[in-house]
Amino acid sequence: MSSSPALAAPVETGSIRLANFWSDYKRSPVAVAALIVVVAVVLMAVLAPFVAPQDPYNQETLDLFDARLEPGETGSGGYVHWLGTDAAGRDIFSAILFGLRTSLIVGVMAGTFALVLGTTVGLIAAYYGGRIEAIIMRIIDLQLSLPAILLALVLVAMLGQGLMQLVAALVAAQYAYFARTTHGAASAERRKDYIEAALSTPLPARHVLFRHLLPNALPPLIVVATVQVANSIALEATLSFLGLGLPITQPSLGSLISNGFQFLLSGRYWISIYPGIALMLTVVAINLVGDQVRSVLNPRNSR
Amino acid sequence: MSDAVLRVNNLQTQFQTRAGVLKAVDGVSFEVARGRILGLVGESGSGKSVTGYSILGLIEAPGKVAGGEIILNGQDITRLKGEAMRRVRGAQIAMVFQDPMMTLNPVLKIGTQMIAAVRAHARVSRKAARARARDALAKVGIPSPEERLDAYPHQLSGGMRQRVAIATALLHSPAVIIADEPTTALDVSIQGQILAEVRRLADETGTAFVWVTHDLAVVSSLADDICVMYAGRVVESGPADSVIASPRHPYTAGLLASVPAEHEPGTRLPQVPGSTPSLANLPSGCAFAPRCAKAGPACTTTPPVQHFEDGRTALCHYPIEPVSCPPLSLTSTTYRSAS
Amino acid sequence: MPSALLDIDHVSKRFVKRPNLGERIAGLLGAGQKSEIVRAVTDVSLTVAKGEVVGLVGESGCGKSTLGRMIAGIYTPSDGKILFGNAPVAKVQGRRTQKLTTRVQMIHQDPFASLNPRIRIGDTVAEGPVAHNIVKGRDADAYVADMLGRVGLDPGYRRRFPHQFSGGQRQRIAIARALAMKPDLLVLDEPVASLDVSIQAQVLNLFMDLRQDLDLTGVFISHDLGVVRHVSDRVAIMYLGRIVELAPTAELYAKPNHPYTRALFESVPRVGVGRKDFRPIAGEIPSPLNPPSGCHFHPRCPFAGPRCKREAPPLAAIGPGRFSACHLNTGGTE
Repeated sequence: MSSSPALAAPVETGSIRLANFWSDYKRSPVAVAALIVVVAVVLMAVLAPFVAPQDPYNQETLDLFDARLEPGETGSGGYVHWLGTDAAGRDIFSAILFGLRTSLIVGVMAGTFALVLGTTVGLIAAYYGGRIEAIIMRIIDLQLSLPAILLALVLVAMLGQGLMQLVAALVAAQYAYFARTTHGAASAERRKDYIEAALSTPLPARHVLFRHLLPNALPPLIVVATVQVANSIALEATLSFLGLGLPITQPSLGSLISNGFQFLLSGRYWISIYPGIALMLTVVAINLVGDQVRSVLNPRNSR
Repeated sequence: MSDAVLRVNNLQTQFQTRAGVLKAVDGVSFEVARGRILGLVGESGSGKSVTGYSILGLIEAPGKVAGGEIILNGQDITRLKGEAMRRVRGAQIAMVFQDPMMTLNPVLKIGTQMIAAVRAHARVSRKAARARARDALAKVGIPSPEERLDAYPHQLSGGMRQRVAIATALLHSPAVIIADEPTTALDVSIQGQILAEVRRLADETGTAFVWVTHDLAVVSSLADDICVMYAGRVVESGPADSVIASPRHPYTAGLLASVPAEHEPGTRLPQVPGSTPSLANLPSGCAFAPRCAKAGPACTTTPPVQHFEDGRTALCHYPIEPVSCPPLSLTSTTYRSAS
Repeated sequence: MPSALLDIDHVSKRFVKRPNLGERIAGLLGAGQKSEIVRAVTDVSLTVAKGEVVGLVGESGCGKSTLGRMIAGIYTPSDGKILFGNAPVAKVQGRRTQKLTTRVQMIHQDPFASLNPRIRIGDTVAEGPVAHNIVKGRDADAYVADMLGRVGLDPGYRRRFPHQFSGGQRQRIAIARALAMKPDLLVLDEPVASLDVSIQAQVLNLFMDLRQDLDLTGVFISHDLGVVRHVSDRVAIMYLGRIVELAPTAELYAKPNHPYTRALFESVPRVGVGRKDFRPIAGEIPSPLNPPSGCHFHPRCPFAGPRCKREAPPLAAIGPGRFSACHLNTGGTE
């Protein structure tokens, strides 16, 4: 008889690992609350047209008589403006829902494109090494030493206003974080035996890059991606607040805050403050979720 | 033996995990006398290292020593905590790890660290402490110890670092040193040097060693006594020569038989089938039974400790009958006696 | 006379650690280090005949793993050639090594690191043969099942991930991956060193079975003299980048010639009964960054003379098929 097969009982399965992930994640009640907020925000943004009492950007539904109503007053539409209205008579609550929608679209789009671009660049640098790596990584370092907001400002000024221009500016300002994270993770993986085994088989380069290197460099990227979506939202809000973001026909949370800023000192705080709170809640919640995912994925914290 | 400096009695160490309570050490008992070397042998997951860590009170949550007693120089140290344990550790009992950098700080000079180690347990001047550190280095066979005191750990080779770790463990002439795979990461020629030093130290200073290892050859060359562990239990124990010459437990016999050096080159090696079991999933009764050629109907129940000549034991329902002619004695000629 | 399947011809490998930017600036200020050169392998020649297994033995820094990686086409030699069936194993392409043959495969020491944790083991075994058209995509599944069966694993487990297997099973998977490429030569780099004692024998038996069934040629790298003796036809003992002794296994173990080989044999602990006195080799293994002059072993050698310091002894024939690099065989050490 040749060597006996002797397979031990299977140790774990994929679904158990997912269950472990959740049981680790829920250890922090704050993170669970943050996740609920994120889910709620996403739902509200997606369902904005159905949830919002008013379409704030359809001029026909606006009534100037309803301008600057205080939170809780009932307007001519016959419903209560729980968060008040702005100078054009827009229901702030509805404006926030629609603004969230724009902000999330911009954030997720910018985050995704930056992820794809940055990951590719970082992966190439780590795989090829040598001069290619040195050049790419010096450019990345240089870019990371500039404040992202400054870079985005310059780019938006150059590209002009519009959704795609804004996304492009955000991607250019943020891909470097992904590139550096990917490069770090992939360089560590690059030295492992399974990559050496793949190279000595030999497998084609794209095989090694995308089947072996990329999937193993992904976990830290998931965390960066979450945090960068939040950063994109905040960055976009900043640009919009400065008047360089989206045109007023496509308002985001940033332009809403900017919109009410002039009334802030005249006591009509709600026009700026409520969109500001919505922005803050969203960004903080996404960051908290990202933090918890990071600590759960970190092998040193888990057993 | 009544002159045991360390006596471990029915030690239980458990880890709380998602999969339930893992009994990493399940009823381990042994004792070591002054100047003796006990080889604690086992494969991965056998609990040999956890046993060593348990003795030194180094088990951290989610693990705990759940039962049994550890008697060091007549004092029960099983439940010592915090400061009380720290006073014992380093002074009466010390540990040497597989990786000497576990005990050496990479940014401090060897001398600084050893002086601190001396003064942690003895009220002596820095100068006296330095002299003591130098003597300890000389004792483990480090050439020009005075210069080594001013070196940083990274300036020494792996073998030298391990000698420094042993010297540090020896500083307070502890009754027992627990060594956890201390030569596994070293080259054979360096391992040989360290084993020779340890044997000499045990004979000359009377320090007892518990030598935790997976390497039967190391144990058979170094140890006076052997405990073979499997899945958290001691399955066989006794004087090293006697156990090696005529193992009574089928697991020990299987391990010894599968060593390639003892067989005609190119022939099939006798192998222990299967793989080491997961502690989360141990068979009931004898944990080795599924891999054992001698297993019988009784093996589904916990095997009894059987006692034999020379104080030998085996945890087995069907122990192997002793052979009159030790099958492995032929290799004794490969060792020359000291000239 | 069997023809050589693998021909290693005066091969050397140097690794140069160039200072990085910061160190170069420090160097300008007079504080940095110069380029460091590690001479991992120096002027090694060796042939391996078809069907033969050659063991490479030595301690850390002896260059056995580097030599193995050059044979497996992971590194290219700095000097000399490695020919497999009269064609080079790998070539340099830019800064990278491009492997040119699939007929040499390697098995790594640590099966926990050598298998991609995120790829099912069946895919790990299949991807090489499919990429090189050794098997068609639609036949891959049956092919993988066959390979797994051949290394003693239940083919039903091919959709599992590496973490679901024990160390010994993973090493079987790594062997199946190499065999799936239909290699003529296997480079085994310490294939049992990270396995439990009771599992080592299983893997060694598997290797010997496969060798017989598939007429494999092998380069077996190990620090374990007992393991190498068991599986090799010839053994090369290496010390600091050079082969110091090369001989048929039985003769080498019966009558080692080189002082290093003899000292190594004596310092290895063995399972046995009786008096336990070590005769360890004195001194440390020098760093390959700065090896001793002449014969690398002379600072530790009890027989060293002035000539050993001056000139490096060549690997010279001392009998049929036996080679040793020691001045004692060629006119003394004076």
